[in-house]
Amino acid sequence: MQNHPPRWADHLLELFCAPHLLEEVQGDLYERFQRQVGLFGVKIARRQYALNVLSFIRPFALKRKPNPYPFTFLYRPSMLRNYFKIAFRNLVKNTGYSVINIGGLAVGMAVAMMIGLWIYDELSYDKYHQHYDKLAQVMQHQTFNGRKGTERSIPMPLEAELRAKYGSDFKHLAMATWGGDRILTYGETKITRSGNYMDVDMPRMLSLKMLKGNYDGLKELNSVLLSESTAQSLFGSENPMGKVMRIDNKLDVKVTGVYEDLPFNTSANDLKFIAPWKLYVSSQKWVQRALEDGQWDNNSFQLFAQIADHADMDKLSAKIKNTKLDKVSAEEKKFKAEIFLHPMSDWHLRSNWEEGVKTGGFIQYVWLFAIVGLFVLLLACINFMNLSTARSEKRAKEVGIRKAVGSIRAQLINQFFSESFLVVILAFVGAVVLALIVLPLFNEVTDKKMIFPWTEPMFWLVSIGFIFLTGILAGSYPALYLSSFQPVKVLKGTFKAGRFASIPRQVLVVVQFTVSITLTIGTLIVYRQIQHTKDRPMGYNNDGLIMMQMMSPDFYGKYDLLRTELKNKGAIVEMAESSSPLTGVWSNNGGFHWEGQDPSLQPEFATIWVTHDFGKTVGWQFKEGRDFSRDFSTDTAAIVINEAAVKFMGIKNPVGKVVQWGQGKDAEYFTIVGVIKDMLMESPYEPVKQTIYMMNYENVNWMTMKLNPMRSASESVAMIEATFKKHLPAAPFDYKFVDQEFGKKFQSEERIGKLAAIFALLAVFISCLGLFGLASFVAEQRTKEIGVRKVLGASVFNLWGMLSKDFVVLVVISCLIAMPIAYYFLSDWLQDYKYHTEIPWWIFVAAILGALAITLLTVSYQSIRAALANPVKSLKSE
Amino acid sequence: MKRTYLGEFEEIVLLTVSILGEGAYGVAITDELDRQTGRSVSISAVHAALHRLEEKGMLSSFMGEATAERGGRRKRLFRVTVIGSKTLQEVREQRNRLWDAIAPQTLPVLGM
Repeated sequence: MQNHPPRWADHLLELFCAPHLLEEVQGDLYERFQRQVGLFGVKIARRQYALNVLSFIRPFALKRKPNPYPFTFLYRPSMLRNYFKIAFRNLVKNTGYSVINIGGLAVGMAVAMMIGLWIYDELSYDKYHQHYDKLAQVMQHQTFNGRKGTERSIPMPLEAELRAKYGSDFKHLAMATWGGDRILTYGETKITRSGNYMDVDMPRMLSLKMLKGNYDGLKELNSVLLSESTAQSLFGSENPMGKVMRIDNKLDVKVTGVYEDLPFNTSANDLKFIAPWKLYVSSQKWVQRALEDGQWDNNSFQLFAQIADHADMDKLSAKIKNTKLDKVSAEEKKFKAEIFLHPMSDWHLRSNWEEGVKTGGFIQYVWLFAIVGLFVLLLACINFMNLSTARSEKRAKEVGIRKAVGSIRAQLINQFFSESFLVVILAFVGAVVLALIVLPLFNEVTDKKMIFPWTEPMFWLVSIGFIFLTGILAGSYPALYLSSFQPVKVLKGTFKAGRFASIPRQVLVVVQFTVSITLTIGTLIVYRQIQHTKDRPMGYNNDGLIMMQMMSPDFYGKYDLLRTELKNKGAIVEMAESSSPLTGVWSNNGGFHWEGQDPSLQPEFATIWVTHDFGKTVGWQFKEGRDFSRDFSTDTAAIVINEAAVKFMGIKNPVGKVVQWGQGKDAEYFTIVGVIKDMLMESPYEPVKQTIYMMNYENVNWMTMKLNPMRSASESVAMIEATFKKHLPAAPFDYKFVDQEFGKKFQSEERIGKLAAIFALLAVFISCLGLFGLASFVAEQRTKEIGVRKVLGASVFNLWGMLSKDFVVLVVISCLIAMPIAYYFLSDWLQDYKYHTEIPWWIFVAAILGALAITLLTVSYQSIRAALANPVKSLKSE
Repeated sequence: MKRTYLGEFEEIVLLTVSILGEGAYGVAITDELDRQTGRSVSISAVHAALHRLEEKGMLSSFMGEATAERGGRRKRLFRVTVIGSKTLQEVREQRNRLWDAIAPQTLPVLGM
């Protein structure tokens, strides 16, 4: 029978009741309890006791007795100065710790700043435009062979249809073609700038800042609006207004306006000039035809819209869904065209679709790096906390003496807080300096133009908030816990940090290493994926290949002349022309038929027109059959297909088979003469599309040349330039190396890889810094123990093992946690790429071994130093 | 007229302390209150009232002896101060004056 009151109630009472009242209150309660035990039995008495205790939670019992001593001025300026003076002396005294603490935190904060800036930049993309919320691109989903694809290109009559049916929902609609490099000429000056042909309302929709002229500049047929930088490079200091210039060496236009260049973080930042859409229509026969015939099946144009102020983007998008489907021929209905609006706010960050559903896009990377940034910052904060709590145990004596001398608790709290704030503020200054130094480099890696937000109040607000948060978090343990020590106990030397005092610290170390190891594995996989894709067989040889877009009429009809002359000079080995560049497919066509065709198959192919020598130039590899040849006059009706096409068509022995294109009297017949290995022309992450290569000397846009390997590239290029200047004086000589263009396909992945590598490195660095600090602290704390062990005969190796073991265990635990996390996220990431690498088991082993090696390296310095120390020295003191 | 305000419960507690004389402490006061008025009040309420009265200067206190049933803890014994007794007197006189001022037969007669 327990006839004492409930323990928990007693503890509770002792916790909340003011000390000077505790004795009488508890005594009364006990007395009452004993009597009730006699009257009603233990059970009821215990319950009554608990209720009584609870009823004492009243102001009078909670209120502590006021301090009998005179009020101490805690916040006098001289007192504050003293806090900081002592804090500063403490930092200087322990230089090593201070450097680790401040340096680590500064690096972490700098990383967070960089990432914050980057995210801010990404999220503010396109916000330059005033009608940001109301702008959209009209796009469509179409279904081909059971797969729903999404495209920006729409048919010409869509605009008129939208105007007629939903005119009141749209404020403006503007057709446009595709932006791309074009030659601008004024007098002797020739420059290549990317620009576009757009409808009259586009400048108004984009809210361009007109420096000269106005929004109506495009109303005249032969006019052009230039960006400030374009006008500058074309006209220098002259006033460009009203001057006549040429586009692509064939269209004469008058400058009717100059607008401020669009800032770097807008989707249209490469819009360096705008010419009227009508001019484009009237100068291109096929476009004119598309307009006059109302071709619903020619998806070759872009349409931009500003919706009416009252209209809702999503509702309107749903409303116009069938605009195209209702108009197309029965034959075209099977593509199930769905028209929709892609709002400007999603252009940059959410432009991926899977089966007609928006699946995100770049925004995923924004979030990813936001998380990474937070983690790096967290790591730095953990270090800071770990080190300051570890250090603070050494300061228990100081607390005792201060208290004995007369310091009150509030002063100690202030003292510890001012120390942690001093460190955080110093770290912040360091972080700002670091950020300023690193920013240009970071801009280069991320391909951005960010500036340090000195004048952004938000930035300062967040920074100050962060300083407070970290300062309070890191300072609270010493400030609130240490200051509560009883001086007698501490000074007598009986004070012991509890058995579990180091547990939170160990947990934090595990968190740190889990994050670092996950990031490291992630980086390894990203690089592996890039390498894997780069190693993918290309199907052609891009060594010494250069290509040139045939941007003006001058290029055409000079093929044989150029080829013979350049070959004779020995500048090139071979050259060819083609409709698409080697790094892209510009046209896809349907309407093909062949024997044994599966009737349910929609016969769509990538179609590329090439000249005879294309194969020899790029070095494609034949699996079957032969290349185009001048020896066969029938080769004008010959085609070469790739392996993917053979598989797609489902035919055996393709060579010699006839393919029909078109129906009725328009039908053309082609014979397959060869099958090549798949040539990688589009995304290296996607499977190669079924492709048909046809012979044609008119329908070409690009020249490709194989430089003579016997000469240096620069020499050959100089010779080619001379020849071009002679034969095409009006065209600028503007070429690209194919391998460089191909390399650009990896840009975004490489950028992510680079960023991931940087952050992983920093995370590992910060974690190791923390470990280093902790190891030295532990070694110092155990100096006596080590001394005694040494005297008793422990070897240096024993001691090293003993000191390192604790940390190794922590890191192994981190590895075990990190591996499944990394595996989960990375296999998810890899699924986004159709052509992707696997996650090999050895990456995990490598990560573990690497982590262990780094841990041992970090810890060993301290532990070996401690183990080597002379025991006489460590034992003689005190 | 300007005296410290005395609440009804405080007044009763103060009176009970006077009744108990030398042995007035928390439990004893609570029990006496119960006996005299039939009110069952919680110990904490009594403690709160005693504390308030002490702050108002109507009670003084000192620590008494410890007993085994209290787990070796001492009692706080209370005694009415001069101010306390003066206040009680005033309250009583005021009540009496008020009773005297009531005209006979004004109050409805209760029962018998």
